[in-house]
Amino acid sequence: MSIVLAVLAGSLFALGSYLVMQRLLSRIIIGIGLIGHGGNVVLLVSGGASGRPAFVGDGEAAVSDPLPQSFILTAIVITFGITAFLLALAYRSWLQTANDLVEDDIEDRLIAREGALDEDVVDDEALELAQAADEAAQ
Amino acid sequence: MNALLAVPVITPLLGAAIAMILWAHPRWQRLVSMVVLVAVLIDAVLLLIRVDRDGHVVSQAGGWAAPFGITLIADRLSAIMLVVAAGIFLTVMVYAVGQPSVAREHPAFHPLYLLVGAGVALAFVTGDLFNLFVSFEVMLGASYGLITIGGEGERVRNGMTYVVISLLASIMLLTSVGLIYAATGTVNLAQLSLRIAELPGGVQGAFAVLLLLVFGVKAGLFPLFFWLPDSYPTAPSPITALFAGLLTKVGVYAIIRSQTLLFPVEHRPVVLLLTLGSLTMVIGVFGAIAQGDVKRILSFHIISQVGYMIVGLGFFTVSALAATVLFVIHNIVTKTTLLLTSGLIEHAGGSSRLSRLGGLQRTAPVVAVLFLIPALSMAGVPPLSGFVAKLGLVQSGFAVQQWWVVAISLAVSLLTLFSMSKIWAGSFWGEPDETPERAPVMALGRLGGPPLMIASTATLVVAGLAIAALAGPLYGLCERAAADLLEPSSYVKAVLG
Repeated sequence: MSIVLAVLAGSLFALGSYLVMQRLLSRIIIGIGLIGHGGNVVLLVSGGASGRPAFVGDGEAAVSDPLPQSFILTAIVITFGITAFLLALAYRSWLQTANDLVEDDIEDRLIAREGALDEDVVDDEALELAQAADEAAQ
Repeated sequence: MNALLAVPVITPLLGAAIAMILWAHPRWQRLVSMVVLVAVLIDAVLLLIRVDRDGHVVSQAGGWAAPFGITLIADRLSAIMLVVAAGIFLTVMVYAVGQPSVAREHPAFHPLYLLVGAGVALAFVTGDLFNLFVSFEVMLGASYGLITIGGEGERVRNGMTYVVISLLASIMLLTSVGLIYAATGTVNLAQLSLRIAELPGGVQGAFAVLLLLVFGVKAGLFPLFFWLPDSYPTAPSPITALFAGLLTKVGVYAIIRSQTLLFPVEHRPVVLLLTLGSLTMVIGVFGAIAQGDVKRILSFHIISQVGYMIVGLGFFTVSALAATVLFVIHNIVTKTTLLLTSGLIEHAGGSSRLSRLGGLQRTAPVVAVLFLIPALSMAGVPPLSGFVAKLGLVQSGFAVQQWWVVAISLAVSLLTLFSMSKIWAGSFWGEPDETPERAPVMALGRLGGPPLMIASTATLVVAGLAIAALAGPLYGLCERAAADLLEPSSYVKAVLG
């Protein structure tokens, strides 16, 4: 088991998770790509030690396990297709709103406002959300 | 190759390809979809009869023997799920054809719909962990297209949340498959069942929680449900109904399958399942009470109902699992019916917001009846199907002395009834809004909606009543399915010989 690959997979997951938590869809897509690569590296490592020949071994059990590699191939195809779809969505969103920000749900904001109306305490954040929701509703 | 197992997967794929070719001919597309879905339903019923009579039906794809090739296998649970799913796909398709909207007019609708069908069917019959991942991808990949169909404002935004979350969960599933393969050297579920038992206890527990986590995202389990009420309600109503009724239950099916088959009794995360299940019930129903939109109320109830299934699984007895399976059947039918009705409400009242609805009881009395029956059933009012299923769950909860969980589930039922009556009071009682911009899209007619939409919803309402009427024999079937689940050795023997 290679330490380098383990560290690589871990850093890919960490960087990807950071990017996925951003607000811009373009960053989220890059983050998803990184996490996907991390998953593929984990799959690759699951096939056993590195350095074995791919097809023809020079003895018994010396050939590397081909199954995880075919898993990776499948996974790459799937992630590639869906990333392309996400990019199309981001483009569509950009055409409609001139940015690719993932916004809060309008319904969520409306419900947050109801909570704010119940309270006599002034909740700045809720009021702000309520104003934004009003603008969005118009 | 056993044709009974291949048909539910292959025919929708072929149908999707043909529907793509018939891109410019909507009438022919509808014909193709209908033929395919009827064929799948007939096949599923035959499969269920055969499985219930002879036990497991197994097929090795390409003739490769068990641990090397991809195994397709149907036990009673898969066959039951397949029949219910095929029935739902067919009725929702009839509803979609009857509804004048983007769902009917968009040329991509039929191919994508059939692809979702192929993915769902494959998830139910596969006996291979990696193949389960692929089936989820087929199902979700097509559902991304359906949920953003037409590409209009709200749908794009909410579709993004759905796609990103589902894709992340899929990658997590893939990584878990990699870890499990590294530890066991196989992805065949039957062989995994043998090999996981030989691993150290901590590793087994970790795998159990990992799989619960990744399938929990798809099932809408607390605390992983947040994407669901945002993304489902904005799609056209037949699509929302299909997703709400079926897709989350595919996640529940995967949880039930993996937890019962793969992990030996002492390493099942029982406390975690019961805690998460109870929290899911409570949070889901509280979320529903806060909402002011029919579709969103119903979406939060999906989450709350998933909690019941997870709790039923967490009891791990034959009677509890039988009740869980019955609950899943009841819930798929009832939930789909309710969301189809919400489409009818939207059609008749011009909106799905409670504050803009009212008086539908007079303008669309048929819709009122079609809503009332499944709504009461979901709240668990006797003698409807929800009551039967919940009674089974409560009794088995008493049998294993989980008083708290039973108490929570009863309280949640009451709150469910409350939020159903909120929809009822908001949309069916009161005065109809006479302002011209709230007028229905077209004349309502005597039925209160287009005949095909009413007919397909009514069929599902009758199916829900039939579940209650035939609860005895159905419970017997569920009990046999549950006994299969708790006896994984028969599954292993059927696959590996």
